[in-house]
Amino acid sequence: MKKLINDAETVVDEMLDGMVAAYPDSVRRLPDTQVLVRDDAPVDDKVAVVSGGGSGHEPTHAGYLGEGMLDGAAAGEVFTSPTADELEAMIDACDSGAGVLLVIKNYEGDVMNFETAGEMVEMEGTEVAEVVVNDDVAVEDSLYTSGRRGVCGTILVHKAAGAKAAEGASLDEVQRVAQKVVDNVGTMGMALTSCVTPEKGEPTFDLGEDEIELGIGIHGEPGVERTETMSADEVTDELTETVLDDLELDGGQEVVTIVNGMGGTPQMELFVVNRRLQELLGERDIETWDAWVGDYMTSLDMAGCSITVCAVDEELKELLGAPAETPALTVR
Amino acid sequence: MSQSSDQGAAAVAAVENVAARIESERERLTDLDSAIGDADHGGNMARGWQAAAEAVADLDDPAVETVVKTAGKTLLSEVGGASGPLYGGSLVFASAELQEGLTAESAVAFAETYVEKVQDRGDASVGDKTMVDALVPAVHTFKKSVETDDLPPLEALAKAVAAAERGVEFTVPIRAAKGRASYLGWRSVGHQDPGATSTLYIMEELLATAADHLDREVPSADASSPTIPDAEAAEE
Repeated sequence: MKKLINDAETVVDEMLDGMVAAYPDSVRRLPDTQVLVRDDAPVDDKVAVVSGGGSGHEPTHAGYLGEGMLDGAAAGEVFTSPTADELEAMIDACDSGAGVLLVIKNYEGDVMNFETAGEMVEMEGTEVAEVVVNDDVAVEDSLYTSGRRGVCGTILVHKAAGAKAAEGASLDEVQRVAQKVVDNVGTMGMALTSCVTPEKGEPTFDLGEDEIELGIGIHGEPGVERTETMSADEVTDELTETVLDDLELDGGQEVVTIVNGMGGTPQMELFVVNRRLQELLGERDIETWDAWVGDYMTSLDMAGCSITVCAVDEELKELLGAPAETPALTVR
Repeated sequence: MSQSSDQGAAAVAAVENVAARIESERERLTDLDSAIGDADHGGNMARGWQAAAEAVADLDDPAVETVVKTAGKTLLSEVGGASGPLYGGSLVFASAELQEGLTAESAVAFAETYVEKVQDRGDASVGDKTMVDALVPAVHTFKKSVETDDLPPLEALAKAVAAAERGVEFTVPIRAAKGRASYLGWRSVGHQDPGATSTLYIMEELLATAADHLDREVPSADASSPTIPDAEAAEE
């Protein structure tokens, strides 16, 4: 398969340099690492919110670096956790003394490396707390996880925790709102085509010309069901109903929704999905407070989408609506 | 040579011996991991231990604690994935037990901290078909041999290795409950766990290096004492 790369070995390194070159006033790269941080990190007296994970999900994570969201983002190799020493360097660079919240997507490698790094910096006296995002309602256990996978709901965790930290809240408070998002968010994805990793150069899984995969993970790991191609409305109904059944929302509940592109999906199709999503919520007497549509948590060049629904109260509305200034998301 | 630098040199030799052994078993580990994992254990471990051997060789007259910590940190950054924290992170944390040098007592404390970190990090118990199945009986046997049976450290270590070997055999017939292999469920039955296997190789090289250091033959040992603590066995 054709790829616009130079070398699979150097693709992450070159991507990071390119990002810094695109946003030289807002992000910088820690020397000899694959960690990007806010240019002004550590921010005095502010709790730092940091995240990271395998590359290939851009704009996650470094795209959310900046005021009102993340202070640090560690990039692993494609679909591979960053190593604990890099995470340690990120935490050290972002800690102002007010503590650091680690936002971890629930994959075994990520959890183990973040927790190892957390324990190491704690031995040096840094205060850390963690939140593990596991919003994927499709599968309980998977190839890379025990328990549910962490997917697009992570962006809302970054947003809420980042906004709370920007208010000057304590580490406990920042962790509390992050966990509140985790407790109220659900996501399910689907794929029309497989992603192609730079290293392998061919599709991770085979999907027939007239097949789609429901419940797909963001690394191309298996979902729950492979079916014949369905219309956008049918796909939207399937994904949304699974998410809503899991969240068990009451009528009148306000929500934030995300229709997320997997990397190779035209915006046109995402908006078509969003149209049906909002109709369906209306039929269920669920009120959309805010609807996001775009590529937030991708899987390289996979065609497909995920639907995220997060129940919000006054506190979460305030935090998700608070100003943020990052390369991939601006809220004013 | 002072006692501490003598121990440091032996620790460097141990890391080098482990690196050579893992390299020679690389294909075997990859084959085991192909059956129930993602076929990267041999390559990742070989690369990590090679880097660890190079890192400790660069240390200038190091204490044993420094050697272990350096090896652990190198594994952490070079092995990656879940194995980096499990093999490397646990070494880094356990190295603190060797601050005063290597004695029978500090070796027991080191081994206990190591296995505790592995179990915490991986959330695994005996019977989950992981490296814990080799480590727990080995550490239990080592501690009992030193503290209760008053065996010399080398004999205690030989018994521990024999216990680890039985633990590795125990991983074959059981179903994986943790790690990548757990995704296979019953299909993991009949396959030997690669993590338990590489853990045994590491322990065998520690034993060989210790014997060499003391200028002795590797003592023969059968794991005649119970190798799995009753409480742990009952839990399963």
